[in-house]
Amino acid sequence: MSAMQKLMGWVDDRFPLTATYKAHLSEYYAPKNFNFWYFFGSLALLVLVIQIVTGIFLTMNYKPDAELAFLSVEYIMRDVEWGWLVRYMHSTGASMFFVVVYLHMFRGLMYGSYRKPRELIWIFGVLIYLALMAEAFLGYLLPWGQMSFWGAQVIVNLFAAVPFIGEDLSIWIRGDYVISDATLNRFFAFHVIALPLVLIALVAVHLVALHEVGSNNPDGVEIKKKKDANGIPLDGIPFHPYYTVKDIVGVIVFLMVFSAILFFAPEMGGYFLEAANFVPADPLKTPEHIAPLWYFTPFYAILRAVPPMFGSQFPGVVAMGLSIVLLFFLPWLDRSKVKSIRYRGPIYKIALALFIVSFVGLGYLGLLPATPIATLFAQVFSVIYFLFFLLMPWYTSIDKTKPEPERVTG
Amino acid sequence: MSQEAEGQKVDARKRKFLIAATSAVGGVAVAGVAVPLVMSMMPSARAKAAGAPVEVDISKIEPGMLLTVEWRGKPVWIVNRTPEMLELLAKHDDQLADANSEMPQQPDYCKNATRSIKPEYLVAVGICTHLGCSPTYRKDVGAADLGADWPGGFFCPCHGSRFDLAARVYKGVPAPTNLVVPPHQYLSDAKLLIGVDAQGA
Repeated sequence: MSAMQKLMGWVDDRFPLTATYKAHLSEYYAPKNFNFWYFFGSLALLVLVIQIVTGIFLTMNYKPDAELAFLSVEYIMRDVEWGWLVRYMHSTGASMFFVVVYLHMFRGLMYGSYRKPRELIWIFGVLIYLALMAEAFLGYLLPWGQMSFWGAQVIVNLFAAVPFIGEDLSIWIRGDYVISDATLNRFFAFHVIALPLVLIALVAVHLVALHEVGSNNPDGVEIKKKKDANGIPLDGIPFHPYYTVKDIVGVIVFLMVFSAILFFAPEMGGYFLEAANFVPADPLKTPEHIAPLWYFTPFYAILRAVPPMFGSQFPGVVAMGLSIVLLFFLPWLDRSKVKSIRYRGPIYKIALALFIVSFVGLGYLGLLPATPIATLFAQVFSVIYFLFFLLMPWYTSIDKTKPEPERVTG
Repeated sequence: MSQEAEGQKVDARKRKFLIAATSAVGGVAVAGVAVPLVMSMMPSARAKAAGAPVEVDISKIEPGMLLTVEWRGKPVWIVNRTPEMLELLAKHDDQLADANSEMPQQPDYCKNATRSIKPEYLVAVGICTHLGCSPTYRKDVGAADLGADWPGGFFCPCHGSRFDLAARVYKGVPAPTNLVVPPHQYLSDAKLLIGVDAQGA
């Protein structure tokens, strides 16, 4: 026995290192027919690592103080060695996180990855999405620019719209009567420690649940139904080395795109870093046009699409909340006999297409000022968004599906 | 070796009770510890102290002009309304959501046509009742972007809410209610105190 084997044996007697490696990598059998859409899970993990590492280095120079925050970010950008790179990696990473996560979620919608037995994977995933939105929102206050300040003002005021307890709730969140130093300091605490811990824990349970039931695939058929004599799925291949190698290709292409943005357009024309945020926060003056960052705009458009009722704008807040809460129920709303879009009928394909058009449309409208015509479009798209979910039990059960194959189709 | 064999029968009811009682006591302890943590997020004594009343010299506000002062970290506007502005105020009641100030957005002594103590001086918190942006003062009558019948007022750049020069909200805009008139009183003709009622509330 070599020294290395001896060492591994010593460790394995005390910690299931080899067993864990086998269970999650070398003997985790994933369907052999993964396609392009299966890059985004591992890419999301990569971006999480980028965000955590760059975040740690940013905190070394950032000051969570209303007097110092804006200048400390400028200090990072101008005076700290390579500080601009670390900060742009973090800001680009934030937007790319959402790009990757939205594509990852779309994959789930297309191939029915949320269906039984993967309901919990989906639910953990939606929780990750929620935690990610909270993390992004909290982080956006930290540079203490005009958009940081007024964006936070608008979002925290959403809580003030809750009947009866709203006003106290928003004061509790802010720790003051307005967004102030107290708010900045606590948002910093949540952004750098509380939510990252939650995110990492959720990612862990997301993966544990995935590896328990096994991955779905573009055909939406269970590879565990057909196993060879050794109990290995006939259509399964070990995650390592097959998919680790495949994912490295994805990582390289992703990093090329990431670097292109990072070095040539870190502000992405105002979509990744908004122009108004290069002006220090001024509590007495709202910028001309307020729009949240692009990844929030679909929900922001839903919020604005709902008119105030009974002298309260709470209905809009409820609609916005509901638009995310509905995602949790997806596994039970879908009554189709098949999982994958490959074997679904025309109705679901049209419904999904309308849903994507509405979501992107809402995202675009959320960037624009609320003119009457934009509001009308936002209302139409919001209705389609909600109908996609609410009518799903009906249209998925009457849809003409094709028979699923016995095995994956390569 | 089962426990019965030793003559110690498991009393499942007692065990259940003990588990429930221990959990309940533990739960109370967790809630007890959570209280100071949750309360530590409320405004601190210093933040509350910063909510002290603000004294403003209003003698230097020219007719038609707006002065913004800070009270509790919020912008408070004081507008010296001209007679022409006051005259236009009564002419668009039908376009307003709450022309008579029925909603409790002002102290009782400002529940009148001009929403003020002295007709010429409007005192209002410059925070939109929609989502907290600070509207822009647009006194230009018939401004091109606001329509020919615009009588002057406030326009919120965030979501397009409109308010007239008595800080009353228009119908059909995102903001549900009129802007808040803070408690205030006149110490003299030139001195305004924002944050305290004359009654000393």
